[in-house]
Amino acid sequence: MNDSLGHIFVDALLINNFVLCVFLGMCSFLGVSGKFSTAWRMGLSVMFVITVSSVLSFGTNVLLVRFHAEYLRLITYIVIIAATVQLTEMFIRKTSPALFRTMGIYLPLITTNCAVLAVPLFQTSRNYSFVQSFVFAIAASGGYTVAMMILSLLRERVELSDVPELARGTALTLLLAAILSMAFMGFAGMGNGG
Amino acid sequence: MSHEQTPVACHGTSVSESPGETMLAFTNGLWKQNPVFVMVLGMCPTLAITNSVRNAIAMGLATTFVIATANGLVSLIRKLVPKQVRIATFILIIATAVTVVDYLVKAISINVYKALGPFIPLIVSNCLVLERPEAFASKNTVGKSVLDGFGMGMGFTFALICLGTVREVLGAGTFLGFHVFGPNFEPWVLFLLPPGGFISLAMWLLTFTAWRQWSARRKLARETEQTMPAMEVAS
Repeated sequence: MNDSLGHIFVDALLINNFVLCVFLGMCSFLGVSGKFSTAWRMGLSVMFVITVSSVLSFGTNVLLVRFHAEYLRLITYIVIIAATVQLTEMFIRKTSPALFRTMGIYLPLITTNCAVLAVPLFQTSRNYSFVQSFVFAIAASGGYTVAMMILSLLRERVELSDVPELARGTALTLLLAAILSMAFMGFAGMGNGG
Repeated sequence: MSHEQTPVACHGTSVSESPGETMLAFTNGLWKQNPVFVMVLGMCPTLAITNSVRNAIAMGLATTFVIATANGLVSLIRKLVPKQVRIATFILIIATAVTVVDYLVKAISINVYKALGPFIPLIVSNCLVLERPEAFASKNTVGKSVLDGFGMGMGFTFALICLGTVREVLGAGTFLGFHVFGPNFEPWVLFLLPPGGFISLAMWLLTFTAWRQWSARRKLARETEQTMPAMEVAS
């Protein structure tokens, strides 16, 4: 197992892309990817929440291990995420009301995005150091954003074409995601070389 | 969603619950509002761990337990929780139930625990698990909520088994570990890999939509058939 920072970054961003290879954050991936403009905003806010909650939960985990209360891990992580989402919401509302109006409805959804919870869980189970988990959080959420953006662009294109009525909606999005996921499988070879 | 929006037993008024209505809370999730095929909720575990039927069953049962427990507890305290903090309360209840399941699965079978990996703790952020307390249990009695959670969980398990069957039979040539095809079968490995998950779910969705459209058309045809002679008599 190669634990260099570069390897962690490429691995989380492309080889084990959170959305297309590990199936995390599916709900928002299928639900909010209709338009490019909302997709990248959603991606950026998820990136912010993941990074902040990853740092906070790293600190909390150190405390939990010291007091031998590892069984509280899941509950504390979800509370941290909910609090981070709430803080982000308040922060954006104060600093930029315009951005808040465009992003407002997606912010509460981030709490139930499994990609957000998975980052702290993975970094704990893989025993990452602080810097490693920071890089991992940025790469994983970056991979989510990239996948969201590509899928939203594909969906905008397909909207204009003539699809059988039966396949419109979720089934078509899933087929697009399947093709995208096959393309990302090509990155799997990168892991063995490095 | 229109069904459970009806304020049944909302303020503790004595509503006589007919057994048929109680059963409806159970069967609703199984078929009519199947969480995966109709509501398209809880996609992450649906796609991630259905590469074998055994994993699918384990995941389905774990989720069923969590939904039923969370539904019951939420319904118990539904009159005590202020509206503003209800989501946070629900999440804490769910996280507690999931922690219990996490240790339970580890104690029952360490192999299943390893196979499901991070997806047991991730039940917390399954949209379905949060949706049921919010949409149903916060408005209904304890018994009905538990039944609803149980039905939804069973519907979820059913969908997972459907997907798991296709993926395991095509991808590995086995069903629950037993070989289905002869020794000459060349496994279609793609179905065990991530793209196979997307493709098989898309196919199941197409099948389901087609079936529902077909049965709706047939029902419509039968109704017009019944009303037509009546109209002739009337004229």
